[in-house]
Amino acid sequence: MTAPPVEQIDAVSGIDDPVVQVSNLTLRFGGVTSLADVSLAVARGEILAVIGPNGAGKTSLFNCLTGVYVGEQGTIAFLPRPGESIELAGRKPHRITQLGLARTFQNIRLFNALTAIENVKIGVESRQHTGPIGAMLRLPRTRREERASDARALELLEFVGLHAQGNRLAAALSYGEQRRLEIARALATQPTLLLLDEPAAGTNPNEKADLERLIRRINTEMGLSVLLIEHDMRLVMSVAARVAVLNFGRLIAAGTPAEVQRNPAVIEAYLGTTDEGGSDAASS
Amino acid sequence: MTVYENPPPDDGATSSIRDIFGSLRDDDWRRLGGCMFAAVVVAMMTGTSGNAQHLTAGVTGSLFKPRILVFILFGLALWALMTAWKRYGDDVKSSLSEVRELRTAVAGNQWARYGGYLAVLLAAILIPPQLSVFWQQVLVSEIGIYVLLTIGLNVVVGFAGLLDLGYIAFYAIGAYTAAYFTGFPDANRRGHISPLPAHPPFHLNPFFVLPVAVLVCLIAGLLLGAPTLRLRGDYLAIVTLGFGEIVRITANNSESVTNGPRGAFGVPHFSAFGYHWTLDLMPYWYLLLGIIVIVFVLFRQLENSRVGRAWTAIREDEVAAAATGIPTLKYKLMAFAIGASTSGLAGVIFASQVGSFAPDNFRLINSLLVLVYVIFGGMGSLPGAVAGASILIWLPEALRDHVDPQDRFVYFGALLVVMMIFRPQGVFPSRRRAREIGLAEAGSGGADAMAAPGGVLQQ
Repeated sequence: MTAPPVEQIDAVSGIDDPVVQVSNLTLRFGGVTSLADVSLAVARGEILAVIGPNGAGKTSLFNCLTGVYVGEQGTIAFLPRPGESIELAGRKPHRITQLGLARTFQNIRLFNALTAIENVKIGVESRQHTGPIGAMLRLPRTRREERASDARALELLEFVGLHAQGNRLAAALSYGEQRRLEIARALATQPTLLLLDEPAAGTNPNEKADLERLIRRINTEMGLSVLLIEHDMRLVMSVAARVAVLNFGRLIAAGTPAEVQRNPAVIEAYLGTTDEGGSDAASS
Repeated sequence: MTVYENPPPDDGATSSIRDIFGSLRDDDWRRLGGCMFAAVVVAMMTGTSGNAQHLTAGVTGSLFKPRILVFILFGLALWALMTAWKRYGDDVKSSLSEVRELRTAVAGNQWARYGGYLAVLLAAILIPPQLSVFWQQVLVSEIGIYVLLTIGLNVVVGFAGLLDLGYIAFYAIGAYTAAYFTGFPDANRRGHISPLPAHPPFHLNPFFVLPVAVLVCLIAGLLLGAPTLRLRGDYLAIVTLGFGEIVRITANNSESVTNGPRGAFGVPHFSAFGYHWTLDLMPYWYLLLGIIVIVFVLFRQLENSRVGRAWTAIREDEVAAAATGIPTLKYKLMAFAIGASTSGLAGVIFASQVGSFAPDNFRLINSLLVLVYVIFGGMGSLPGAVAGASILIWLPEALRDHVDPQDRFVYFGALLVVMMIFRPQGVFPSRRRAREIGLAEAGSGGADAMAAPGGVLQQ
């Protein structure tokens, strides 16, 4: 795998108030470069979509942001409030979640033996303080927190449209419902920035339309910034304010959806150069 | 033999037999082979044993005697039953669906469950005094102690999903803590005898050693857990196994502190508020019962709390748990330490009740047995832990008078094998664990296959 000779772009310029700012992030697995010198910022309150062909490094970027992988070089500054910058690189995943960065997974990872509401409660409870002693003795504070957790989890299930499914097992929900439950669980941790990894994968057109509305509401009603990985271009183009394009671990384009669609480097990355697969590309 | 279909009325007996044989399928024949094999094994197990003069007596005495016919007949009956169940079992099940629904309703009903607990508790209070001294002894020094150990290990293995093969080490630490602190600072001066050669800074009544032992085991659990709980599954199991052996061998070799292989002796009995426990078994039983009930209730609260849910999450998917803000290492350490301190409680009561013990009481097999009790009862289930330990300790003791003493554990093993094949979720499976097993059997979790193919820019 060799990186095509493309000019390195950054998706930072013009953002005055970022909620997260990735600078020169590089991640390698042995000889394979998963992310090469990626610089990217998410503005506070915006929906930024990251697109790119399979294997471009989109999920690797998420894993670096959430502490699952640690980049070789580069910094990740997280700003939960303007002017308050926290370095994320090297922090543990659960700490990063507690700082206010929540995610969903490309291949849904719910707690399948628990009910929908229990899944969400686990997220809510990441902000609570009941310890084992309090839990064993059911001290008043424990009971108070349990009630608060129940109430908040119900609210969130309602928000994603799963209030009727609260007592069903996570595994028993439909695919689209599981996607929404995962979003509710992520929202329950009270994030500032929500990372969605291919939320529309495997959902039907109706569910996609619901999802589109849900992402908008998360952005407007809850006021969260959203970083979205998605292959469904219609969804990306309709919800995202800006789009960043990764190819072979490099950022090859960034801008408004319309700009990105016209960008020759992006068209080349997706469709191949004219002498290779022009006819295939034309058909799609 | 059972006849499954009505023979055609016009034909003779031969043709109806032919019908039966004709209707047998391959798996029926395989099952017949299995049943015959089981019959031969049981015949050998219960038959005569060989010796140096008659090497083959075990085989000839068991198989070449008319008694083999009885076993073969039983084997055939078993086969007929199994085959009939395979063919008509579904009909029977559907006709029993009302019974099943009733059972589910009763099991799901909170008050019915409390009623069940109360009945068991009443039985545990009222029945033991009527038992023979032998059974009282089994109840106190085996069942009571091991139920406590099993409830503790259940937190580690069942709730948090950590495989601990050195659990008995914490029991040993609890017992030695009791022996140490019930000794006297000024050795043997006033006619006092310390259980161990090492002398403590102050003397404690065993009753007050309980919190000390809980604390010591808690710290031991944290010390072992902190470096090792980063490991997963098999690796953790091996490390804990090593820890268990280290503790036992250290106790065995540190002659000047632990008295080496001779062990501790003369650990005093409990006394509290003017009451003295003695060689009499029943007071110890009630003490154990009280502690078991308290621990049971506390752990039940724990299971249905933020902490219990976090443990389930870690057990199911550690990456997702961390991404949901759960500090996984902290929670695993917590489970380990809570399990260890429960084990410490059991250690103190054991030390004080028997008075003397040696490193040989804390072998690897004891760790494994506690684990077996947890799995047999139903991982993650508190009633299961109690039932698992009670049934599996009771069985070999009950067989004592009925089978060759050396064979007792063969039956124990056979019960485990049968149980794991037909009811892997245990006697009283926990709600969450039963679901996990159900999900694994249904083969869920193939979500990856549904990821969409690479998208293409569309206008």
